[in-house]
Amino acid sequence: MDVFTDSANIDTYVTGFLWILKLTAAGAVGALVLGVLLAAMRVSPVPVLRGFGTAWVNIFRNTPLTLIVFFCYFGLYSALGFELSDDIDTNNYWLGVVGLSVYTAAFVCEAIRSGINTVPVGQAEAARAIGMSFLQTLTLIVLPQAARAVVAPLGSTFIALAKNATIVGTIGLMESSTAMKDLINANGDAVIPIFLVFAGTFAIVLIPTGYLFGWLANRLAVKR
Amino acid sequence: MSANTDAVLYDHPGPRAKVRNTALTIVFGIGLLLVLWWIYRKFDAKGQWAGPLWHPFVEGSTWTSYILPGLWSTVSAAAVAMVFSLIFGIVFAVGRLSDHRWLSVPSGVVVEFFRAVPLLLMMFFIFFGIPFLTEEPMPPFWAVVLGLTFYNGSVLAEAFRAGIRAVPTGQSEAGYAIGMRKNQVMREILIPQAARAMLPVIVSQLVVLVKDTALGYIIGYTELLQDGVNTVGANFGNVVAAAIVAAIIYIILNASLTFFAGVLERRTRRSGRAPRASAGPAPATVNATPETL
Amino acid sequence: MRITRLTAVVGALALAMAAAACGGDDSGSGSASGIVGKASKDKKLVFGVKADQPGLGLQTGGSYTGFDIEITKIIAKGLGVPESGIEYKTTVSANREPFIQQGQVDVVVATYTINDDRKKVVNFAGPYYVAGQDLLVRADETAITGPESLAGKKVCSVSGSTPAKRIQTDYKDAKLQQFDSYSKCVTALADKSVDAVTTDDIILAGYAAQDQYAGKLKVVGKKFSDEPYGIGVKKSDTEGCNKINEILKTAATDGSYKAAWDATLGKSGSAAPTLDVSKLTNCS
Repeated sequence: MDVFTDSANIDTYVTGFLWILKLTAAGAVGALVLGVLLAAMRVSPVPVLRGFGTAWVNIFRNTPLTLIVFFCYFGLYSALGFELSDDIDTNNYWLGVVGLSVYTAAFVCEAIRSGINTVPVGQAEAARAIGMSFLQTLTLIVLPQAARAVVAPLGSTFIALAKNATIVGTIGLMESSTAMKDLINANGDAVIPIFLVFAGTFAIVLIPTGYLFGWLANRLAVKR
Repeated sequence: MSANTDAVLYDHPGPRAKVRNTALTIVFGIGLLLVLWWIYRKFDAKGQWAGPLWHPFVEGSTWTSYILPGLWSTVSAAAVAMVFSLIFGIVFAVGRLSDHRWLSVPSGVVVEFFRAVPLLLMMFFIFFGIPFLTEEPMPPFWAVVLGLTFYNGSVLAEAFRAGIRAVPTGQSEAGYAIGMRKNQVMREILIPQAARAMLPVIVSQLVVLVKDTALGYIIGYTELLQDGVNTVGANFGNVVAAAIVAAIIYIILNASLTFFAGVLERRTRRSGRAPRASAGPAPATVNATPETL
Repeated sequence: MRITRLTAVVGALALAMAAAACGGDDSGSGSASGIVGKASKDKKLVFGVKADQPGLGLQTGGSYTGFDIEITKIIAKGLGVPESGIEYKTTVSANREPFIQQGQVDVVVATYTINDDRKKVVNFAGPYYVAGQDLLVRADETAITGPESLAGKKVCSVSGSTPAKRIQTDYKDAKLQQFDSYSKCVTALADKSVDAVTTDDIILAGYAAQDQYAGKLKVVGKKFSDEPYGIGVKKSDTEGCNKINEILKTAATDGSYKAAWDATLGKSGSAAPTLDVSKLTNCS
C-alpha cells in the first residue's frame, strides 16, 4: 500500500472525494427543489404544465448522464454563455451541479409522484370538500403525507447521485474516478489496493447512509 | 390512488378556473417558447445549425459506418447484461432471503458492496485490474457487461427482495399448507408474483442499464458514444450535433423500452392473474422506486 | 456482428492461452507468441490504432486512414502479411497498455509516446516520428505565441495525458480544461470556450487541416517537448520489436516512409521528415 504513503497521492485522493461531496450536496439541493416543482407540475390542473413535467422526465431520465453533462458544457456554457465562475474548476463544478440536478430531478419527481399515490384518496377529497384549492390541497394535505412515504426512494436517489457525481470527471473535474484513473496510470502495479481504497470509501460512506434512510423510512412510515 | 391520481387533487374546473388555467397556459407556453427561441438563436450565433455540421446525418454512410455499428454495440452489451442482471438479481435476492446465515450474510455483503460502488470505478477495475489477477485478457465488451451486471443485478436483487416480501403472507402459508417445501414456495409462488408486481422497477432499472453502457467508451468499448459522437465528431468537426443525434437515439430507445413494458404490464393486468400493487401493502410501491444511475 | 465479436473474443482468448502456454521462458526467441511467428503462420495481424485523430488514425467509413495507418501497412508488408490480413482495432489512450499485455492487439501504432513508465510494460520499436507538444489556437489569436504566454489562458487537453500533465507541472499559471477526446477540445476552441488546445504538433496539424476548421485554426509552431512515437508490442517480444526496427530502417531508405507521409499528413504541403535510424530503440 505504499501508493498511499505518498502525500501527493493522498492529496489526489482527498481532492477527488471532496469534489464528490460538494457535487452531491449541491446536486441534492438542486434536484430536490426542481423535483418537487416538477412533481407539482405533473399533478397540476394546467395541461401545459403537466406536459412540460412529463416531457422533462422523459427526456432527462432517458438520456445518459454523460451526454447531459456534455451538453451542460457545450450547450449551457459554450453556446448560451452561462459562465458560472471565472475559475475553470469552479465553473465546471457548477456546470456539473446543473447537469446532476436536472437529471436527478426527473427521478425525484417520479419518487414524489409515487409517494403521492400512497396518500389515500379520501384525504384529497376531504380537502376539496372543504373548499381548498389545488395548491392548498397539494402543499397542506397531500405533500406532507407523501413526504414521509418517499424517504426511502429519495434516499436511493441521493445515493445514486453521489455515485453519479463521478461522471462530472468527463468535463475535466478531478473527482474520484479521474483521480483513481490517474493513480492507476502512475502506479500500474498497485491496481488492486488503489481500487479497494476508492471503492471502499464509497462503500463505507454509502452503505450506512442507505441503512440510515431505511431506518428513517421505517420510523416515519404512516401506519395504515 | 390509482391511474386518475391527478384529477383527485383538484375539482373539475368551473368558468373562473377555466379562464385562469387558460391564462396560465398562455403565459407559461409563451415563456417556454421564448426560452427555446433564445436557445435556438444562441446556438445559431455559434453556427451550430450550419448545414455542413448536420449534413452527415442525412447521408447513409454516416449511419452505416458509425452510428449503427455503435448502436449495435450498445444494444448487444445491454441485452447480454440485462439477462445476466436478472439472473444475478434473482439468485442474490433468494440468497439474501435464505434461512441459512452462511448464505444470506455473504449475499447481503455482495449486494450492498456492488450497490455502493460507482459503476465507472467498477468498470475501470474490471478492465484494468482483473487481468492482473487472472492473467487473462479482459475484452472491453465483457468489462462493460460484467460491470453492468454487478451493479444493476444487485439493485434488482434488492427490488426482488422487496417484491417477494410484499407478496401477502397468505400465499406462502397456503403453499406450505399443501405440503410444498420452501424451495417450491419460492420458485412457484413467490417469485412469479413478485416479478409481475416488480415489472415497473425492473424496466426502469433496464433503462438505467441501457444508459450506463454509455460509460463503456471510457475503457475503449466502441459503442454509440465512441462511434457516434467521438469518431463522427473527429471526421466532420460536429461534436455537438453528433451528441444531439445520439441523445435522441437514446431517448427513443429507452422510451420504447418503457412503452413496451407498459403494454406488457397492461396485458398481465387484463389477464387478472397479477395481484395489483394498489391492493397490496403500501411499502411495496414505495420500495419499488428504482435506484438511478 | 455478434458472431464476429464472439469469434474475436474466442480468438483473443485462444491467443492468450497459446501465449501463456509458450510464455514460460519469454526471454527465449522465436517462440510462436511473438508477432513474427504469428505473421508467418497466420498471415494475419491485429493493429491497435486511434479512430478519432485526423491525419494520423481516423476511422472514415468502414476503413481507417492516416499516417499511423500507413505505418501499419509498412510493418505488415515487412512481416509478410498481406493487406487483407490486417485487422484494425480502435484503441483509446487509456487502454493501449492493457490491449498489448492482454493480447487483444498484436501491435499498437497509435500516437504512442515512448516513455519510461510505459517501457516497463511494453516493448517499443521506433521511434518512427518525433512529435513535440505544441499549441493550437484560433487563426486570429495574437496573444498566445508559446507556452510562456499561457498565463491566465484556458488550455485544453485530454485528461491524464502527458501534455496535460506537463501544463499542470511546468506552466502552472495556465488554466487547464480536460476532456476525454481532442475533438471536444477543438470544438471548445472553435466555440471560444478555451483559448488553446495543447498536445503533439502532429495531432494538432491534423485538426487544423480538416475542412471544417481550415483557415479558422492555426498551430503556433513552437515545440516545447520531444515526443518520440513508438510502436508497441508485448514486453516479451524482443524479436518482433527488432524486426519492426529493421523494417523501419528499410522504409527510411526505400521511399516507402516518405510515401506514407505524402499520402497523409504531407497533403497539407509540409515536407516529409527524415526517419533517423540511429535513434531506433534497442528493444531490451
